[in-house]
Amino acid sequence: LTALGRMRTVEVVFWLVPLAAFLLLPGYLVLGSQILIVALFALSLDLILGYAGIVSLGHAAFFGLGAYAAGLLAVNGWGEPLSGLLAGAAVAALAGFLASFLVVRGEDLARLMVTLGIGLLLYEAGNRAAFLTGGVDGLSGVVMGKIFGVFAFDLGGRTAYLYSLAVLFAVFVFLKRLTSSPFGLSLRGIRENPARMAALGAPVRRRLIAAYTLGAAIAGIAGALLAQTTQFVGLDSLAFNRSAELLIMLVLGGTGRLYGAIVGAAVFMIAQDYLSGVNPVYWQFWLGLLLVVFVFFARGGILGAVEAVAMKLGARSARRADSGGVE
Amino acid sequence: MLGVLFDGIAYGSLLFLVSLGLSVTMGLMNFVNLAHGAFAMAGGYVCVIAMTRFGVPFLATLPLAFVITAIVGAILERTLYRRLYGASHLDQVLFSIGLTFMSIAAATYFFGSSQQPMRLPEFLRGQVHLGGVDFGIYRLFLVAVVAALTTLLGFLLSRTRFGAQVRASVDNAQAARGLGIDVDRVFSVAFALGSGLAGLGGALGIEVLGLDSSFPLKFMVYFLLVVVVGGAGTVKGPLAAALLLGVLDVAGKYYVPQAGAFVIYAAMVILLIAFPAGLFGRRR
Repeated sequence: LTALGRMRTVEVVFWLVPLAAFLLLPGYLVLGSQILIVALFALSLDLILGYAGIVSLGHAAFFGLGAYAAGLLAVNGWGEPLSGLLAGAAVAALAGFLASFLVVRGEDLARLMVTLGIGLLLYEAGNRAAFLTGGVDGLSGVVMGKIFGVFAFDLGGRTAYLYSLAVLFAVFVFLKRLTSSPFGLSLRGIRENPARMAALGAPVRRRLIAAYTLGAAIAGIAGALLAQTTQFVGLDSLAFNRSAELLIMLVLGGTGRLYGAIVGAAVFMIAQDYLSGVNPVYWQFWLGLLLVVFVFFARGGILGAVEAVAMKLGARSARRADSGGVE
Repeated sequence: MLGVLFDGIAYGSLLFLVSLGLSVTMGLMNFVNLAHGAFAMAGGYVCVIAMTRFGVPFLATLPLAFVITAIVGAILERTLYRRLYGASHLDQVLFSIGLTFMSIAAATYFFGSSQQPMRLPEFLRGQVHLGGVDFGIYRLFLVAVVAALTTLLGFLLSRTRFGAQVRASVDNAQAARGLGIDVDRVFSVAFALGSGLAGLGGALGIEVLGLDSSFPLKFMVYFLLVVVVGGAGTVKGPLAAALLLGVLDVAGKYYVPQAGAFVIYAAMVILLIAFPAGLFGRRR
């Protein structure tokens, strides 16, 4: 179990990439922090979908709640970033905890509908409560203080990038430990066969509620991070499209791996940045086509494909080593 | 009050028409199809294009919308949907979201993202005055068409051989297969029929729901809601659910306009909590 929680060389290299990007691509830091934040958001969905197996079409609800919580705090004069993150997490966690009672009791279809309904309900609430959220115009005038009272947010987005990276890394390490803990293993068991896990004496309901609440809290952190780094909260942070795209990224990268969420978010965001610059309508078409193709041909996502190739190569080299031994 | 009720019923009967096909897909094959609204949109565009570019009269475009979307539905069922019947719900959701995105992008590419213009023929416009209440003629027409179709479908399902096969397959696909019913073929036909009805609903609904390229996502929830609340695989369930939702939505928009779509979403969550298996759902 401890081996699962420890980092390997590949992983260290993986985390050096965003650091290298910071030094080598100073012109792309704004896109970079967007990717890091969305990756964090995708991690939260990976916990509930990839590990606990709860299908959700309304995860943006918690992202948006976190964003509005942090944004409203800052607008009303509380600009300290870290407590803002915690506030976003707390609000989203509370909502997630309440919603989880509806979510855990149904089957897939009921879960889809309930999460969809909650997402739409919050979007509509955000839209109607314009006195609080600014409605379709969004919440502007977010003024952030310095992180630890030292690092101010700069125009080039250097602070925002490193801040997002630090938060992402911290949450990732936490999730890495969590998913390889007995709790994480029991979640995987529940995903594979809830009836059997219940028979084994695992408190299925309580585990799912805990996972869902935690997923919501992390989504809230991601939302709060977006509000703080862009100093703006748009109504689209609650929109259905955000939930759907999140699902797409996660599946694109590969579910139940944590790294899949990050890779999927990065590939998706970069492709979107490039292709929707060409033409937004084409982007939506290619995205749809990509989804259909992925469902039919590459269910493991990018990392699944990489693993399959690595396994094949590994088997071949092992075979070669074997035959070498015989000769 | 009566006027609102009537508008709600007209709206609900439209929802019913579009959602019926979805109830077959979700009830019969347990397939979560988020792309169902795309078929309705296709029917709507068939109607608009036939009218504006080829000068076909409105009433004649309706069977056209039905037939063309039914054919498109049949082709998609044969080539794509069929492969995912046994797949997980997540796969089905992703696939149908993909299809929805593609349909929206295609519609935007060909027809632009603006609302499509629609001119009803003279005899369907205006109001009739009955007992102190104004009824829109088109809405009366809508209710009459849907009532006629519902009777026809009820007859089809309860009196014909095909209907018996559909009911048997919904009840227990495995046993139906064992009795020699070609469940796959039954489903293909039912899927095509459902797509056609959605197309017809889309064409009829331009006047009420509007038609633009974001149609499949905008109304996705309503269609899903009708099926989930009504319980899948019957005619009675979705009909009751659609009328209920139609009246609720219209009444909500009329009496508490500031709440907007809030009413319908709240109703959705409450109904889902109160009736997890649908209004007429059987406990399994």
